[in-house]
Amino acid sequence: MAIDMRQFHQTFFEESLEGLAGMETELLRLEKAAANNGHDTVAADPEILNTIFRAAHSIKGGSSTFGFEEVAAFAHVLESRLDALRDGRSRPDRRVINLLLLSVDCLRSLIISARTGKETDKNVIDGVRSQLESLESESRASVAPMMATSQTQTSATAHWHIVFRPHRRLFHTGNDPLRILRELSVLGEIKVQTDLADLPAWAQMDPEECYLAWNIELIGPVSREAIAEVFSWVVDDCTLEITAQPVQSLAPRSITEAVAFMDAHAGTLRVSVPKVDALINTVGELVITQTMLSQLTTNFSFDNLSRLFAGIAQLERNTRELQESVMHIRMLPLSFAFNRLPRLVHDMSQKLEKKVELVIHGEQTEIDKTVIDRLIDPLLHLVRNSLDHGIERPAERVAAGKSETGHIELKACQKGGNVVIEIRDDGRGLAYDRILTKAVERGLLPASAKPSPGEIVEMIFMPGFSTAEAVSDISGRGMGMDVVRNNIRSLGGGVEVSTQKGHGTCFTMRLPLTLAIVDGLSVQVGVHTYILPLVSIVESVRINPEQISRPAGSAELYGLRQEYMPLLRLYELFHVEPRSTDLAQGLLVIVEADGKKAGLYVDDLLGQQQVVIKSLATHYRKVEGISAATILGDGTVAMILDMTGLIRLAHAGGGRAAIPTGAASMTTAVTPTFN
Amino acid sequence: MQTAHALEHKGMPSGAEQFLTFRLHGQDYGITILKIQEIKGWDQVTPIPNSPAYVKGVLNLRGVIVPVIDLRLRFGLPEAERDVFTVIIVANVNGRLAGIVVDAVSDVVNIGAGQLCDVPAYEGQENREFIKGLAQVDGKLLVLLDVDRMVNPDSLDKSAAAAAVAAAR
Repeated sequence: MAIDMRQFHQTFFEESLEGLAGMETELLRLEKAAANNGHDTVAADPEILNTIFRAAHSIKGGSSTFGFEEVAAFAHVLESRLDALRDGRSRPDRRVINLLLLSVDCLRSLIISARTGKETDKNVIDGVRSQLESLESESRASVAPMMATSQTQTSATAHWHIVFRPHRRLFHTGNDPLRILRELSVLGEIKVQTDLADLPAWAQMDPEECYLAWNIELIGPVSREAIAEVFSWVVDDCTLEITAQPVQSLAPRSITEAVAFMDAHAGTLRVSVPKVDALINTVGELVITQTMLSQLTTNFSFDNLSRLFAGIAQLERNTRELQESVMHIRMLPLSFAFNRLPRLVHDMSQKLEKKVELVIHGEQTEIDKTVIDRLIDPLLHLVRNSLDHGIERPAERVAAGKSETGHIELKACQKGGNVVIEIRDDGRGLAYDRILTKAVERGLLPASAKPSPGEIVEMIFMPGFSTAEAVSDISGRGMGMDVVRNNIRSLGGGVEVSTQKGHGTCFTMRLPLTLAIVDGLSVQVGVHTYILPLVSIVESVRINPEQISRPAGSAELYGLRQEYMPLLRLYELFHVEPRSTDLAQGLLVIVEADGKKAGLYVDDLLGQQQVVIKSLATHYRKVEGISAATILGDGTVAMILDMTGLIRLAHAGGGRAAIPTGAASMTTAVTPTFN
Repeated sequence: MQTAHALEHKGMPSGAEQFLTFRLHGQDYGITILKIQEIKGWDQVTPIPNSPAYVKGVLNLRGVIVPVIDLRLRFGLPEAERDVFTVIIVANVNGRLAGIVVDAVSDVVNIGAGQLCDVPAYEGQENREFIKGLAQVDGKLLVLLDVDRMVNPDSLDKSAAAAAVAAAR
């Protein structure tokens, strides 16, 4: 085929991975049904099985079309296994479901390896495959012998001869022979010969009738049923002969070269049609407004002034709507992150011999794609933690007067410009005394310290803190909660914990809706405007000179309500000319970064506004103390401050080292001339 | 504002390259036209804290944040008043944009291989790294610049010493 198939690969990968996620969900549902039944086996809901089967089938079809033979071969084994379940030839029990879940993992790693070109662990995959195959032979032995004979042909590669002779009226039934041939080609290698014998002379031909017939040679590991299924729509409208040919030494398969390595970064985004429609509508309105305005201005008279103002107001509204719709395109429901959790809970609870039920609410809450991508790891970690440390073993739970099954509840909702995610378990709660002992042991706290419960809870977020007695592969690698908190913080959010002994723990994550826009406070230093992200601001105060102390050298501390924090003069850090160097003339913005507070001296506060984040590093480089830039209403650029970087800059000596000439004292700090 | 492509195409001998010429402190310079995205008038820039003095700041170029380099300061020349002739040449080097402030743009010229001459050794070899070659155009000397080096983020990121030197001038 002349079409470059590579252009479809990305779509295939994405669809397959989605399909696998769907399979996983359904398999877990099946398992839950089995568990609720109390029996090991379950009379499966045919709809569930069909969904699983369809996913496996389309992965198999797609992968052989695109030449990913390994994926296709595995999917085939899986599919025939599922087929047996669907036909009721065997029943799904726990063991089978677990094996199927494993197969989903294998397929996933095969697909990922096809996508990235990385090698997979052949042994694991072959192991799972042989288990699948042995299950199949078991089930075959248990069913009627007649069935068995037809099944034997499934796994062996067969050579089929098919004569497909449609009736003349085939087209009237809306069938397309080409589609059938295409579907056959999915099953295996096909050779098609068209039989033109019935083709009448041009003048006698009726374009709505089918005169053609086909002789098809099909080589591939397919059963007669599978072939018949392809023809199931047209079986009444044609003469069909399917005969098995003696298996010959097969011609070497044309090995379609699996195309290696797709750029993993060229990610695509699936957007629902209503969102795109909304965008198109808004753009339509914008065009109308623009036309109206340009008509107004071509022959402008002052009589039209009010109409002009109305038009501009409309333009403003359109622009805002457009911004909102565009932002919405990047938004994905949280279910993309949450979908991974049921499987995690399933595997872990088996490993830990705990009974756990996971309940998810609000998975339709939408959040920026970049946030989702970076949210998954912290989320997995928190759930893992709840399972490992929070939920007790069944016996322990019963002894404590709780139900045998533990509950983990995941709740997501939108609150203002934030998305709040709660992870609540009904386990044993945080053990204050154990945390305290550990903290002292690790040297995080002096032995004499008498911290409040709140402070103890905070300890779990300290780097290197982990109370797990044995380092398991589940949690307790000592990279736990501090990484979670840092990840969430790097997204501009926060994580809090509340706990009640014996009744459970609740982690609350607060995340911004989008990373593209930030709520900021604009501050003024001299002629310059800077944006302070609102999340890092605690409060702003007028400076009381009596509260300033200079304990050592030039470093200034500001005391606010019994708390001392370093006072950073922004003009000094950035070497710009301030309106005033007299602290009493300006304002102090109390900021917090990495749990540390600092006072930032600025000339004035200008106001609060939402700003669009623009990268500075795209065309320049990263600048210490500045996280990004933004464009203000008048089209000029303003810098968005990075508190962590600013504090670091202050520690490094106020950035004076960068320009040593005459920068020995702060009053003579070099101020480059800007026009 | 006009794009490089809109500039008039002159009859071009084969093997020749087109250069945009501009003036800086009384001297003519040339940059290969293929690296130039557009030319725009002087506009207010926002300074970047703690950056070398020759990095004047950043500019909002239709929603893209572009750093602006003052070539006078880059070459250690005295800074000039901005006037109606002051322009920012926006260069596109491998997808990275940078604005270059020059006194005035002059022309687009074709320079064939025959017009090029070697750069002689000169005292101090100052800013030698930015010079790609010299050319004779209408009896006048044209200094051809290596725009890649001028806007290279690594060289923008030069050590504090270079910044201090620039700042001291």
